[in-house]
Amino acid sequence: MSETIKLTLPLEKEELAKLRAGDACTLTGPLYTLRDAGHIRLLAELDAQGSDELPYGLSGQAIFYAGPTPAAAGRPFGAIGPTTASRMDFAAPRLHRAGVVATIGKGTRSDAVKQACVQTGSVYFVAVGGAAAYLAKCVESSTTVAYDDLGTEALRRIEVVDFPVFVGVDTTGADVYEQAAGA
Amino acid sequence: MKTITREQVAAVLRDAIPQLAFDLPQDIEQALRDAAQREESPRAAEVLNLLLENARMAHEDRVAICQDTGSVWVCLEAGPDVLVAGDALADVDAAVGAAYTEGNLRKSIVRDALFDRANTGDNTPAFTEVHLVERPGARLHVMLKGGGSDNASRVTMLVPGAGKQGIVDELLACVRLKAANACPPLVIGVGIGGTFDKVAGLAKQALMRPIGQPNPDARAAALEEELLALVNATGIGAGALGGATTALAVRVQTAPCHIAALPLAINMGCSAMRRGTYEL
Repeated sequence: MSETIKLTLPLEKEELAKLRAGDACTLTGPLYTLRDAGHIRLLAELDAQGSDELPYGLSGQAIFYAGPTPAAAGRPFGAIGPTTASRMDFAAPRLHRAGVVATIGKGTRSDAVKQACVQTGSVYFVAVGGAAAYLAKCVESSTTVAYDDLGTEALRRIEVVDFPVFVGVDTTGADVYEQAAGA
Repeated sequence: MKTITREQVAAVLRDAIPQLAFDLPQDIEQALRDAAQREESPRAAEVLNLLLENARMAHEDRVAICQDTGSVWVCLEAGPDVLVAGDALADVDAAVGAAYTEGNLRKSIVRDALFDRANTGDNTPAFTEVHLVERPGARLHVMLKGGGSDNASRVTMLVPGAGKQGIVDELLACVRLKAANACPPLVIGVGIGGTFDKVAGLAKQALMRPIGQPNPDARAAALEEELLALVNATGIGAGALGGATTALAVRVQTAPCHIAALPLAINMGCSAMRRGTYEL
């Protein structure tokens, strides 16, 4: 297996273009957690403002599809891990075009999301589902940015260090799961 | 005659929830360890070792194995020698609320699926049922079921002519389409028979049976082995990143059904298959 690629957030598009589906990477820097209810609300806000200019400093950032547990064991979250990304397929192409450069989740993506990755030079990373106690140790801090009333589904800015992921869909549209299934 | 009270049920549940959330069941942990030893794909081996390390950390730090600490399913099973004193499940939600709040577990339940998706704030209500059985004593079956793996499940009303091959084809199609979303290596519950509503329950009950404990019906046990081999032959593997172990086990539960029917339910369980049975 190739070496782990160390990436710093926020991610530069030139950096993303070099990644290939299946590459093992670590992420260090800020991520934004957002999942089902938060995506519905964010898209409604874009509709209401009449433009796709991203609020909450999301432009150029990476969205981590995750709903953490509360704080525990002296850490911001006891456990945090990826949720099924395909539930956010309805929103991802629009958000990539608006300026979100990467998403992190688990599971397969739609063709529309893969096309959006190609068109916008964005990447989908996969994290290991079910490794949430381990991943929580990679989270240094968390600030709630919006949608606090959604509980675990709030928009949070978290700082991660050496957060392990694989490239799921790269900027050519290649898909790690298709490679694995065909292997 | 032994009496089962609501207080007893609540007390057992109160202890069971944090234990299930923090401690991966031993049979699952052992199966992951066996899979890691067998694995030849470096990437899948990395995933399996990460899951084992994760289980160790969760146990030591008393934090959740997975951030999705699930919906709570509780099944009270009562035998002929016990008296169930009225609504013995009446305090289940109070126990769930207390356990989830005190254990810093995630609250993942909304008030209504369609009309009010506000979080209830304490992971209630739980989903409960009662089974009256001939086996003496009483016990509580408890499962913390993750949403991602439940979403990867399905019920299909096959025709009797489809037979075993129809079941094989449907299971493999479901695995190919959904395994990556369900956090493999999976535990797959397969219900066959009953009616449209009952077959899903069979699949869920099948998930309760520990790994290493085959179906007592030799025909069902053979089908479990056959299905497991076929699922693992897909090569989807741990984390769906390619590997030898897509599922740790397939559990089959069959039942009588209508002459026109061959109901099939596939209930996907993830690598953090959190369930346990507690004697009352």
